[in-house]
Amino acid sequence: MSLAIPFKPKPSILPGFGLSLGITLTGLSLIVLIPLAALLLRAASADPNEILELVTSARTLAALRLSFGAAFLAALLNAVFGLMIAWLLVRHEFPGKRLVDAAIDLPFALPTAVAGVALAAIYAPNGWIGGLVAPLGVKIAYTPAGVFIAMVFVGMPFVIRTVQPVLAEAETDVEEAAALLGASRMRIVFTVILPGVMPALLTGFVLAFARAIGEYGSVIFIAGNVPMVSEILPLLIVIRLEQFDYAGAAVIATLMLVVAFVLIAAINALQGWTRHRLGDA
Amino acid sequence: MRDLRLSLRASSGRSDPARLLFFALCFGFLALFLLLPLLVTFVEAFSRGVGVYLDSLADPDARSAIRLTLLVAAIAVPLNVVIGIAAAWLVARFEFRGRQLLVSLIDLPFSVSPVIAGLVYILLFGAQGYFGPWLKAHDIEIVFALPGIVLATLFVTFPFVARELIPHMQALGGSEEEAALMLGASGWRTFLHVSLPNVKWSLLYGVLLCNARAMGEFGAVSVVSGRIRGVTATLPLQVEILYNEYNTAAAFAVASLLAMLALLTLVLKSILEWRFADSIAAARGH
Repeated sequence: MSLAIPFKPKPSILPGFGLSLGITLTGLSLIVLIPLAALLLRAASADPNEILELVTSARTLAALRLSFGAAFLAALLNAVFGLMIAWLLVRHEFPGKRLVDAAIDLPFALPTAVAGVALAAIYAPNGWIGGLVAPLGVKIAYTPAGVFIAMVFVGMPFVIRTVQPVLAEAETDVEEAAALLGASRMRIVFTVILPGVMPALLTGFVLAFARAIGEYGSVIFIAGNVPMVSEILPLLIVIRLEQFDYAGAAVIATLMLVVAFVLIAAINALQGWTRHRLGDA
Repeated sequence: MRDLRLSLRASSGRSDPARLLFFALCFGFLALFLLLPLLVTFVEAFSRGVGVYLDSLADPDARSAIRLTLLVAAIAVPLNVVIGIAAAWLVARFEFRGRQLLVSLIDLPFSVSPVIAGLVYILLFGAQGYFGPWLKAHDIEIVFALPGIVLATLFVTFPFVARELIPHMQALGGSEEEAALMLGASGWRTFLHVSLPNVKWSLLYGVLLCNARAMGEFGAVSVVSGRIRGVTATLPLQVEILYNEYNTAAAFAVASLLAMLALLTLVLKSILEWRFADSIAAARGH
């Protein structure tokens, strides 16, 4: 019963199983798995009372709310605009389309520190946009709104890139049939197009959400990092580390990982349900 | 049917206000989040003239940051290429129990915050970390030094090469390699003359993205580097140091170098996608 043994391959004439397994497992263990295990170990060995106190402290809870809340809203906005832009790129022709398509990946390619200082400069009270809204009494940089803006930036390409191929493969016949049968444009969008792209849209949403929760570089410059107001969770980890409170940093990091994985699992379950339901329909 | 389609097209003509609103919203969003950040970077970089810009880049700390960034990428990227190729060969050419788990674990660094990627190495090798005292006794520096920066970079860039290669190699299948082996080629010869040439463009694609991230990583590196000016400050950290000193023009001058790296990456990536669409698209479709 060879299948019962992990990493025992089905017979193949191709060589290199042992070597590639050795390199992969060594690299994965040394770089990723052992360090992450050290994190969990350190968090688990912290004093339970201290863990409870840290996790339920007002400052941690405020950062938790901001990180997850702003990331959720940013992913939501990216879902709406991502769907629209994917539609624009698949169904419309316009001059410079290839350039726009290539530029979509800029937030992936631009180092986060550069995005961070650029966004801070744009939305600061004396910046291009910050200066425009300042007379109206609106502040963007150094408030939760700034955190939101930065999270929209880093999550932007995900929905576009997951929805785009699905839209490109979708047949336009059904939409045309619906239009011929007299359906309004809004009705076509909500009953024909949206159900077809829903699983891809949710995937993109999860990726954008997860990225925004963990984001550090592009957020901290525009956030202003005011305790209880515009501090994100990753920043709290950095602050603990600067105080040499390794256990505290490990506890916050573990909290962040656990909450993120639970939320992502929940959305994935929702996605499975959507796909299942649409598959049956 | 053709006439029907044409009339459908016509019914959503160009002057349609809903259509104009749709275009305005899309391009407005793109301009706000793509064009504006790039534009402000270069405008701020040259805000005090070309002379100040060039001086900022010629500054010894800036040059040390450039050297360190190149060095870190030169170590981390080749290591990731070796691991990525090994992982792709393993996952795409053999069936074994635990394969799906392995793929998920390879992708794991993408869902971990960069700050946590830095933190884990502090917990292992920092002064109060698990190996801290031993390292101190043997006078080995990992954290706040080059090895820590390289490790953190390796962590955040770990999935890039493997995730481009795996779907491509899976799509190709192993029959060509099997044929080469049956004709008497050795395993290495088969790998070098059959497998690698088949996936060279996806490999290059993966290397490109891996390199861009390696040179631009901020969060993970900032945690492990200690941000010592001229010693452990990479380019992104140098941007932060200068920005926090209110030396805006210099900060954006250094940032503009990284922005140019990002633009170059996008151009090369697009060229790869357009010219070798068949081989890369085959891989990306999955």
